[in-house]
Amino acid sequence: MNIASMLVGAAVMFAVTYLCKGLTLLCFRKNIKNTFVKSFLYYLPYSVLAVMVFPVILFSTSSIWSGIAGTAVALLLAYFRKGLLVVALSSIATVFVVELAIMLLG
Amino acid sequence: MEFTKGIKDGLPIALGYVPVAFAYAVGAVDRGFPLWFPILISASNFTGTGQFAGTNLIAAGASLAVLFATMLVINIRYALMSLSLSQKMEGFPLWQRAVIAFGVTDENFAVAIRRPQKLTFPYLMGLMSCSFCGWVGGTVLGAALAAILSSLLTGSAAAYYQLAMSAFNIALYAMFVAIVIPAAREERSVLLLVALSVAASCVFYFVPALQALPDGLEIVICSIVCTVAVSLLFPRKEEGTDKQEETPGAEKAEGAPGAEKAEEAKGEPGAEGGKQ
Repeated sequence: MNIASMLVGAAVMFAVTYLCKGLTLLCFRKNIKNTFVKSFLYYLPYSVLAVMVFPVILFSTSSIWSGIAGTAVALLLAYFRKGLLVVALSSIATVFVVELAIMLLG
Repeated sequence: MEFTKGIKDGLPIALGYVPVAFAYAVGAVDRGFPLWFPILISASNFTGTGQFAGTNLIAAGASLAVLFATMLVINIRYALMSLSLSQKMEGFPLWQRAVIAFGVTDENFAVAIRRPQKLTFPYLMGLMSCSFCGWVGGTVLGAALAAILSSLLTGSAAAYYQLAMSAFNIALYAMFVAIVIPAAREERSVLLLVALSVAASCVFYFVPALQALPDGLEIVICSIVCTVAVSLLFPRKEEGTDKQEETPGAEKAEGAPGAEKAEEAKGEPGAEGGKQ
């Protein structure tokens, strides 16, 4: 891993990411009228996020138990419509406490 | 005014990004990258999942073709988010679109698209620059601290450091949960979509034959299949949906979308009954 490979890699990452983000924003100016396409675009992000989160969230920490605890807290607080930050911080704190307990008890 | 509103909406995103970007930078420095590398990547990409994956691939010495393909698969969802956003960006000149395109992230998109009004350039600039500062700031913080902490901390202090890092890993996922669950609570169609998506994702995660697929591919396959299915089952009305959210009565979030659903999909037994 030298400087050149890092810079070329960084350039590829930027190019692909911006291409994906920008292509449709720059090229499609017309409004979409098709109900199916509109529905699809409305629903898609929820599906993408759901797929990205589950089940990986359970294994995102160093112990499955802290992962389950953190997930449960996030689900509970999100269900009661708490904000992103409250949910994230509470989840982090839960994972930290559970893993601390595991470390101290184990 | 719009700019300030954007910043206000972007603040929770920015604060949520800090620990995630922090964790990303720490991981990158741990893999042997110099301090500037994660900062450069965060400032030029502004995306979570893609950065993690791309940085790992570069560290592993993967070919540029693999790097290109993986980034494409992980980030292609942005094309659909941008398309969705552009529906609410009428009258934006090209240069403004080019700037806004850079700021499209899962969270910025989720916040922007749920705004009932048409989007304005100042609002999006406030939203995106605020969360961008959180993203880059967290990266700088993580990259700077990682070298110091990892070299200074030994014994139990190092263990606590590892613990904190492990806990940070859940931050991004928890934020996604906070976006998805309230929406699923309000609309049964979204609830069904989320349930389908999670089930499909679990199949890809736990079935051994499917685990060999490149990371990120399951996101594309699962989300497109599930979203097509739900879009066919529960097509959304054109304008009515946005209007509904704007009316004062919509504060009682339970009633408005539910009533509409019942109208839309006849034979759905009691829209209210199904909502737990």
